[in-house]
Amino acid sequence: MEDRGDAQGDYLRIEGASKRFGETLAVASVTLAVREREIFALLGASGCGKSTLLRLVAGLETPTTGRIVLDGEDLSALPPHRRPTNMMFQSYALFPHLTVAANVAFGLRQIRPHMAPKQIAERVDEMLDLVQMQAYAGRRPHELSGGQQQRVALARSLARHPKLLLLDEPLSALDKKIRQRTQLELVRLIQRVGVTCILVTHDQEEAMTMAGRIGVMSPKGELLQVGTPDEVYEQPACRYTAQFIGETNLLGGRVTGGRLRCDDLPEPLALAEAGRPADGSEAWLSVRPERVRLSRTPVDKADNQAPGTVDNIAYLGSHSDYHVRLAGGRTMIASVPCARWGEDTAPVRGDAVWLSWAAPDGVVLTR
Amino acid sequence: MNRGWGGRSWLLIVFVFLYLPITCLLVFSFTGGEITTRLDGVSLRWYRALLDDDELKRALGLSLTLGALAATAAVIVGSAAAVVLARFGAYPGSRLFAGLSTAPMVLPEVVIGLSLVLLFTHPLLPWLGGRGVVAIWTAHTTLSAAYVAVLVQSRLLEMDRWLEEAALDLGCPPLKVFFVITVPVIAPALAAGWLLSFTLSMDDFVLAAMLSDPGSTTLPVLVFSRLHHGLKPEINALATVVVTVVSIAVIAAHRLMLSAQRRRMQAVAAARRQIG
Amino acid sequence: MKLPRLFLLRGRFWAGFLPWAWLLLFFTLPFALIVDVSLSSPELSVPPYVSPLSLGPDGQLHWSPDATPYRRLRDELGALAQPGADRPYLAAWGNSLGLAALTTAVCLVIGYPFAYQIARSAEVSRQTLLMLVMLPFWTSFLLRVYAWMSLLDSSEVGLINQALLAAGWIEEPLPLLYNSGAVLVGMVYSYLPFMVLPLYAHLVKLDNRLLEAARDLGARPAVIFLSITLPLSWRGIVAGSMMVFIPAVGEFVIPDLLGGGDVMMIGRRIWDDFGPNQDWPMAAAVAVVMVLLLIGPIMLLRRHGRAAPGSLR
Repeated sequence: MEDRGDAQGDYLRIEGASKRFGETLAVASVTLAVREREIFALLGASGCGKSTLLRLVAGLETPTTGRIVLDGEDLSALPPHRRPTNMMFQSYALFPHLTVAANVAFGLRQIRPHMAPKQIAERVDEMLDLVQMQAYAGRRPHELSGGQQQRVALARSLARHPKLLLLDEPLSALDKKIRQRTQLELVRLIQRVGVTCILVTHDQEEAMTMAGRIGVMSPKGELLQVGTPDEVYEQPACRYTAQFIGETNLLGGRVTGGRLRCDDLPEPLALAEAGRPADGSEAWLSVRPERVRLSRTPVDKADNQAPGTVDNIAYLGSHSDYHVRLAGGRTMIASVPCARWGEDTAPVRGDAVWLSWAAPDGVVLTR
Repeated sequence: MNRGWGGRSWLLIVFVFLYLPITCLLVFSFTGGEITTRLDGVSLRWYRALLDDDELKRALGLSLTLGALAATAAVIVGSAAAVVLARFGAYPGSRLFAGLSTAPMVLPEVVIGLSLVLLFTHPLLPWLGGRGVVAIWTAHTTLSAAYVAVLVQSRLLEMDRWLEEAALDLGCPPLKVFFVITVPVIAPALAAGWLLSFTLSMDDFVLAAMLSDPGSTTLPVLVFSRLHHGLKPEINALATVVVTVVSIAVIAAHRLMLSAQRRRMQAVAAARRQIG
Repeated sequence: MKLPRLFLLRGRFWAGFLPWAWLLLFFTLPFALIVDVSLSSPELSVPPYVSPLSLGPDGQLHWSPDATPYRRLRDELGALAQPGADRPYLAAWGNSLGLAALTTAVCLVIGYPFAYQIARSAEVSRQTLLMLVMLPFWTSFLLRVYAWMSLLDSSEVGLINQALLAAGWIEEPLPLLYNSGAVLVGMVYSYLPFMVLPLYAHLVKLDNRLLEAARDLGARPAVIFLSITLPLSWRGIVAGSMMVFIPAVGEFVIPDLLGGGDVMMIGRRIWDDFGPNQDWPMAAAVAVVMVLLLIGPIMLLRRHGRAAPGSLR
């Protein structure tokens, strides 16, 4: 997958970067463009090479092939300590023997020619102020909570005014509650500083909350799709993306007469007209559970519908997931807002129901 | 084998076994007589004898100097070996190096001593200077460096491996990273390695005896020869001094470690309470 | 740490140079010399041997090994069946291996329940108990052996003899010192910490919930011990045993001070051949055989002893 970005807006360009560790290919020829001041998320399952890609950008790994250009400058020949990028590490990697202030000052002390001590102190103050950690300047990292450590790590990686901020699983060390609150806080901070940012995460919610655009990586280290959160959710480019981001019902078959014929469904499925593959080709239809309608009786004028029995119900508060077994043995999930049913009309396990969806609600995938 | 009475009393019995001999040594150091196992009045006569014993003081001085020099060298050589072991990954000869670097620790001292005697007395290697203080220093450094290597290697491996990368990422050149990040983080292991090396050197008899020449009698070599030439309570007095000094040092280190641990746990608990 | 190739090479070379050079010069080369000397002939000179490797006048290297020491060891083995034959080396080997094995067994029997008890103590007291185990280890080894000399003294002033005489249990002082029993006591006393530390390191990691789960599933204490505690501490048992056995085989000081003239052990043989007898080739050959014999135990320690050295802290 290649993403050309806007021709003139390309700030960071990764060109055909691969990384091989012995036999395994961790990053498989990734080409990617990131715009200035954008928050870009690399999303993928753990071990998919997204962190390796980030480390290639930081210079902590040397690419096997390809090159990395930032703001017109080829970074490939630069060792990590000469690159204008800064990374916030997954475990924060705060220096345990230094105070919070000294951690933040560490990067500034490496700048040549030397910064004046007063200047360094001012910048440290400014950074701690930004993350609201001034009160803890004299503490050691182990005396801080996880959330506080994360903020110090952020201040430290922003102190040198990097051209590119790299966040490696920035919030994975935090509790779920704090994580959700911190996501938005982090976005506000990054936007206030106005730094371009690449974020690596395995958490699709985190990626969708924080990033302007998302790049989905496959377990084989390929970049599968790049798009805004709603693009990758609503218009997945392939089965992997459709299943990785959110939940979906995936129906595989062969296109016959403009419809999708599946072995275990009696009726061929109606497909949206746009992007319909040629007859005879193998294809998959992805239908999000919230697009599937559940009713006790057949619906008039539905593009696709099938009868089945309720197999299981997962009550999730705002909505319930109905697992419905169709006649052919396949199970489909329908997500139904709980408010839709009155107390006594909600179907229960074993009830016969009908599933239906409109043709445009399904996305046709060919790979 | 349980928390009950049986287990406790076994604990007590073994500790009595460990400490009774030492305690006896200490008690009889205060005898006024000549016999090392009878209290013929209480006096400090043997401590005075210790103070007047120039031969012993010379040997002690040599042992202390040698211990400090060997420990320092062992920390340098051993830490370099630990860096090679922990950070270099696989390269041709890496397994051989791993085997060699810890071998001095597991081989009997007699073998190491003999091998080094053969080296230092070898007709083709006169520039090594033959037996003597330098030879003993080399032997102690070789032995202790193996312990330091193991100690520092395990600290390097359990050290947060991102710390060094974070420093690089913040613009610090690699060699400087080692000195401003790695060394402070592994400092406790370095200190422990130095102390262990110092103790090993102070305590070693076999290597020192095989490699000594008439001018290089270390404290253990002197004590050993005195043990062969009739026992005197003076040795008890020496033992009392050694045990006292070592105990104070070990207990102080232990206290320091415990309180540091406690403080860290309190700080973590405090941070947990005011989450955010 | 992955760094761009260029400074990896330079940095690596200099960081690796010192330890490699040190080990090659002061460990590997001396070892080669032991082998060399063990194959040389004794000679009344300084040093007292002539190396089998010599540079002839024609500028060529000559190799003329003299395997006399090995032949002597072999002949003693061959004379195993003859009663009453003089076999000083074989007897020393027998004493050393036997006493080392016995020391290991006694240390294990004393040390296992001891380490177990420490590992199951409250966390605060655990550290203190461990320190108390280590404390004698940090004081002088020679002085600890000396302490046993006064305890075991065979005359009426020996401390144990004094006590037994005073209690009226014996009429005559017992000959406690200068026999293999005294050597055994001294070695157990000196090496016990080496056994306790690795055992402790493994036993302390033993998850108490496993024992509770076993109890919950109805296992009796003996079954719990045999099926859970023992297998999970097996590596500690092996590591501890090897850490006692290996140095015990080569021990010189303890048999010399506590064993008197009767208990000839192989460490003393090397010492005597090297010292008074001035038969360096023989001493070297015995050292070579010792290393060969200990390769097995050392490999065992390597495989099982990962946790052991760290626990020295």
